[in-house]
Amino acid sequence: MDDFLWRALIAGTGVALVAGPLGSFVVWRRMAYFGDTLAHAALLGIALGLLLELPLQTSIMAFCLLLAIALVLLQKQRRLASDTLLGILSHTTLALGLIVISLMESVRVDLMGLLFGEILAVSQTDLYWVYGCDLVAVLALVIFWRPLLAISVDEELAAIDGVPVGWVRLGLMSLIAMVIALGMKVVGILLITSLLIIPAATARLFARTPEQMALAATVIGTLAVGGGLAASMHWDLPAGPAIVCSAASMFFLVMSMRRS
Amino acid sequence: MVETQLTEKRLSQVMTQQTDLLIDAQDVSLRINERDILDRVALQVHVGEIVTLIGPNGAGKSTLLKVLLGLLACQHGRVARRPGLRIGYMPQRLKINPLLPLSVRRFLTLARKLPEDKIVGALKETGAHYLIDQPMDALSGGETQRVLLSRAILSDPELLILDEPVQGVDVTGQDELYRLISTIRRRHDCGILMVSHDLHLVMSATDRVVCLNHHVCCAGHPERIQQDPSYIALFGRNAAVMPYNHHHDHRHDIHNDVVTGPRPGPRNSDRDDQAHG
Repeated sequence: MDDFLWRALIAGTGVALVAGPLGSFVVWRRMAYFGDTLAHAALLGIALGLLLELPLQTSIMAFCLLLAIALVLLQKQRRLASDTLLGILSHTTLALGLIVISLMESVRVDLMGLLFGEILAVSQTDLYWVYGCDLVAVLALVIFWRPLLAISVDEELAAIDGVPVGWVRLGLMSLIAMVIALGMKVVGILLITSLLIIPAATARLFARTPEQMALAATVIGTLAVGGGLAASMHWDLPAGPAIVCSAASMFFLVMSMRRS
Repeated sequence: MVETQLTEKRLSQVMTQQTDLLIDAQDVSLRINERDILDRVALQVHVGEIVTLIGPNGAGKSTLLKVLLGLLACQHGRVARRPGLRIGYMPQRLKINPLLPLSVRRFLTLARKLPEDKIVGALKETGAHYLIDQPMDALSGGETQRVLLSRAILSDPELLILDEPVQGVDVTGQDELYRLISTIRRRHDCGILMVSHDLHLVMSATDRVVCLNHHVCCAGHPERIQQDPSYIALFGRNAAVMPYNHHHDHRHDIHNDVVTGPRPGPRNSDRDDQAHG
């Protein structure tokens, strides 16, 4: 196997590792649209990073984090429903990102790569990023698992039990922003939410505890990355979409097994 | 949930004297979007006492509970609790996302780890111990209420706050639940504050009734309160033997004082400040 395939597999596994538990939270807290918004905003993050000549990973992550914080603050006002607010920001940031990128004459940007992933172009540095962030995310999840789960069940009851709901929610959003910034390289801006949601939804079909669901989602996500890369190699498919399709086929397979 | 401007934040003031008073709310006012949700409300709960909060929909009952629980800060007034007061809370309804797999046992230990006999004990008290390994999303309405009640008594509370505890339970189940609440009060020797809007059940299971319609209309012993003019204005003379139906009304004059008497024409909305339900 070639080097770039190994790197792709290792990077994809690294993203799937944290996408499992974080995707479970996205599903439990109905944050799919939030994930989409962050992913779309990442394009603007890239554009601004290129414009200001900042390192790309840093600018994506910083921009996603900023947007996550802005969303928390904006959701406190209740004049706009949450999904309306997300819809406005999601598509505005995507459109702005596309405009800024098109205006930059000096830089050539592979737009398809950004939108649909370029896992086969993962570099050594990318791997350090993925596993560095994995370490942070896994530590945070282990330490704060109980309060994270408590606010996902019911925020009011958690608050009465003394959980600092606002901070825990912000922490979770930051972790999700981080995994989205990582996952962009693997499946791209338009498909990253699927890497969070499909494995978690598949795991829910047989999991009996929240922990089982989070771990099973990790395993399923890892298998999806492996399967997608294999399919991409054999049939010369685009790697990102192949990974998403292999995750989706696992979902439908498990669902039909449950039915019968 | 709500946007509030906190001009004053004086929650959980510690009481200085030792009394049998568990919680003491004085002059609590809360205005949201130019509407008085709570208007100079006073409420006290003593040890071993069952206080029932009644009032029409949208009267501010749940909001008042949130203020007492410390989830919401009031703009004026104060809430004093007995030092170190342990509160058990039962929400009006609980909607857990069915995509989150959670057994009853796990639900009860979300806040902290607890020994098995404590979990089983709390479930046995409400007659729900057979549900311990059931997933939360498989419970019926009555079973959910029992599990929520078990959760409220897990912390060995001195004060139980129950928001419409019989919500979604059939009539025989409601009666049982109210009897259960009385038993819990005796066994734990705790004060209970509950919200209800079914009057006839409230009358038998309570020591004191507080009638809330943004402000406290009247308060006192259930027998006596039925004779109170403002109670009759709010609920009608025969309300105690009838299923609750909020057909009567009273008005407020420009000084916000209650004016009893017939309503001036049909009411257009619950948000009407001058004549409200």
